[in-house]
Amino acid sequence: MLNLKTAVITALLGATALTASPAFAKDLRIALQSDADVLDPDQSRTFVGRIVYASLCDKLVDITPDLEIIPQLATSWVTSDDGTSVTMQLREGVLFHDGTAFNAEAVAANIERSQTMDESRRKSELKSITSTEVTGEYEIKLNLAGPDATLLAQLADRAGMMVSPTAANAAGVDFGLNPVCSGAFSFTERVAQDKIVLTKFADYWNADEIHFDSVTFLPIPDTTVRLANLQSGDIDMLERLAATDLTQANGDDSIVVESAVSLGYQGITFNINNGEKGDNPWGNDKRLRQALSYAIDREALNQVVFEGAFAPGNQSFPSSSPWYNASLPLEGADVAKAKALLTEAGFADGIDLEVQVPNSTEPLAVMQVVQAMAAQAGINIQLTSKEFATLLADQSAGDFTASQIGWSGRVDPDGNNHSFMVEGGGLNDAKYSNPKMDELMNAARVAPTTAERKAFYDEAMVIMLDDLPRLFLYHVNWIWAYSDNMKGFTAYPDGMIRLEGVTWTE
Amino acid sequence: MLPFLFRRILIALPTIVLISIFVFALQKLLPGDPLLVLAGEERDPETLALLREKYRFNDPIWMQYFAWVGNALQGDLGVSLRTNQPVTELMGQKLPVTIQLAVMSMIFALVIGIPAGILSAVKKGTATDYIANLVALSGLSIPNFWLGIMLILLVSVKWQLLPASGYVPLSEDIWQSVRTMLMPSFVLGTALAATLMRHTRSSMLSVMNADYVRTARAKGLAERVVILKHALRNALTPIVTLTALLFGELVAGAVLTEQIFTIPGFGKLIVDAVFNRDYAVVQGVVLVTAAGFIVMNLFADMMYFVLNPRLREQ
Repeated sequence: MLNLKTAVITALLGATALTASPAFAKDLRIALQSDADVLDPDQSRTFVGRIVYASLCDKLVDITPDLEIIPQLATSWVTSDDGTSVTMQLREGVLFHDGTAFNAEAVAANIERSQTMDESRRKSELKSITSTEVTGEYEIKLNLAGPDATLLAQLADRAGMMVSPTAANAAGVDFGLNPVCSGAFSFTERVAQDKIVLTKFADYWNADEIHFDSVTFLPIPDTTVRLANLQSGDIDMLERLAATDLTQANGDDSIVVESAVSLGYQGITFNINNGEKGDNPWGNDKRLRQALSYAIDREALNQVVFEGAFAPGNQSFPSSSPWYNASLPLEGADVAKAKALLTEAGFADGIDLEVQVPNSTEPLAVMQVVQAMAAQAGINIQLTSKEFATLLADQSAGDFTASQIGWSGRVDPDGNNHSFMVEGGGLNDAKYSNPKMDELMNAARVAPTTAERKAFYDEAMVIMLDDLPRLFLYHVNWIWAYSDNMKGFTAYPDGMIRLEGVTWTE
Repeated sequence: MLPFLFRRILIALPTIVLISIFVFALQKLLPGDPLLVLAGEERDPETLALLREKYRFNDPIWMQYFAWVGNALQGDLGVSLRTNQPVTELMGQKLPVTIQLAVMSMIFALVIGIPAGILSAVKKGTATDYIANLVALSGLSIPNFWLGIMLILLVSVKWQLLPASGYVPLSEDIWQSVRTMLMPSFVLGTALAATLMRHTRSSMLSVMNADYVRTARAKGLAERVVILKHALRNALTPIVTLTALLFGELVAGAVLTEQIFTIPGFGKLIVDAVFNRDYAVVQGVVLVTAAGFIVMNLFADMMYFVLNPRLREQ
């Protein structure tokens, strides 16, 4: 009897062992740094929201870790010779979570929603599309106002996320309370500041690659607590590990740490000509801005504040980006040169600079180090720390001399530059204006080949680093930490968590 | 007692109206433009204008206030600017969490604070008194966030005894729910216990010298009865007020503790709302917690009647 029992148990254990590994189904728990905003791709604006969408909503196209555009819901696309239209072939047999079929009509409805809904934050991203034509059940033609090299990259993010037209029509502006997309997981539940629960979508077109029953996103703002939760096994993965926690995470054998240089940058924006405050030595004389740039040792800054975990930078792209201008490499500090420039500008005895800075730990630490470095060259920096909403409002209104601020980054190089640099650009808080810059920025937008676009950005970067309306300091690294039971995760520079092909083994 | 209660409620109403005006006016004074944050990183001017119109930011402030009060009286506190969720629904999600945390913390505080207070008063000047004082003072002076992180590292990471953070609703799994709440309520409870202990001690000390305590002892009553029945009962009145106020504070949110243990309660709700300039949420939460405070005060007043027979006769 006892033997029979043992035999049965052994058989059962054996069966479990056989069915384990990739087929092992599990609820994946991922800790986010903050809570997402409204879960409607057309209305949302937060980074963590996009992490949730990576599991919830498929896009027309996706990117590779090297920023190539690859098919997702669109299987192929052709741009007309004059660049004024893009025709896309769409994936067949795709369903939204409510059972609505995905087709060209759905794409047309999605683009219309993004462009016309009052609350849409996607309007500027899809500005170049003048109309859509449904040319077949699974073929759509996007008519453009003119050539737009940035469009596909926009469609690789929220502007290209497809929501169910049925659900969107029914819910209107409240769609985000119960989002219906076509991604690998469907929306189950949300408790604000507590959790967002998604469940595996059985009819997903790529369901074979999805190995989790559900995903739960938990906002845990404190980085130490995020790591402690991972170590205690309460969560399986976390995003944005603090650089200061790296040593501890690396020392734990059961934790895997992975990172990727982000697409964005952090730096200092100067007020060149935004209102009365733009009329100051720092806004009027580029030699002062150059002097500050020479005074900063960016590599040392990265070592001191981030234990070397981030990427020091001097351009709006990290040096790992294909768009980086290699003829303008990152250099160490040159205090003598900084002093010479100050003397030339008539400030041999030193000069004051007031910089506004967001009142959180990292920006303050960065600026304190910059402050110390600048002091060696005779630049006396005063830091005014402001809560972020205030900083942004003051910067936009021109009530600043210099502002420590960054940009989360876009796949297309246009997103990191155009609206900051052209006259009248929506993000040009410096009110920088240079006709040559406008010309280059606009040309890069419409140039048909990557090589041609790169040439324009290379030329623009030379002017940008000479005029320095934005002084670049470093690029954040996205750092993920996860249990070593998780296999197959790929780090992307956009900071998203893509679960296709990711497995769990215990 | 009834006329008294009626008078108190009559005083409470204008207080709530004043609070609502204050909250509304104060947050409009906050620097920064909420729409710049809400419009998204691109800050498209067209979107900005549409949103400004939609959320009535162009109206004069008094019109905005009356529109809000009008809706609030019908039970509609508006919609979160950030997540589009109705404010009443958000609070409905948070209230059980906050109340559970408050009740559990209060249990810790009472169970530790009052006996320790009595003990150190009765054994005044002895080693017991000093130790109780030392413990109470450390409870007061150790910052909650530090104690919280230390507990997580020790209890959850090292010993793996309790979940590190998060929240499980009571309705889902009672045992798990209490387990996840244990550390945060302990952290909050110890800090409150310290306050309670000090007050119980001083209140007991003043009562212990009263004539009726001497009389009770002279009657030959057992020391236990003298302390618990005669002294404590009279010493309790100020403690009840304090407990009610502390409880009101707990409901208003224990921001740091909630942040460390990622408990989705009122404190986290309001702090996040302030940083995101989510006006509707700030207004709603402050209004409701202020009302909660006033109710707790009323409750404390009523408890006096129960504890003090002399008041009942008046």
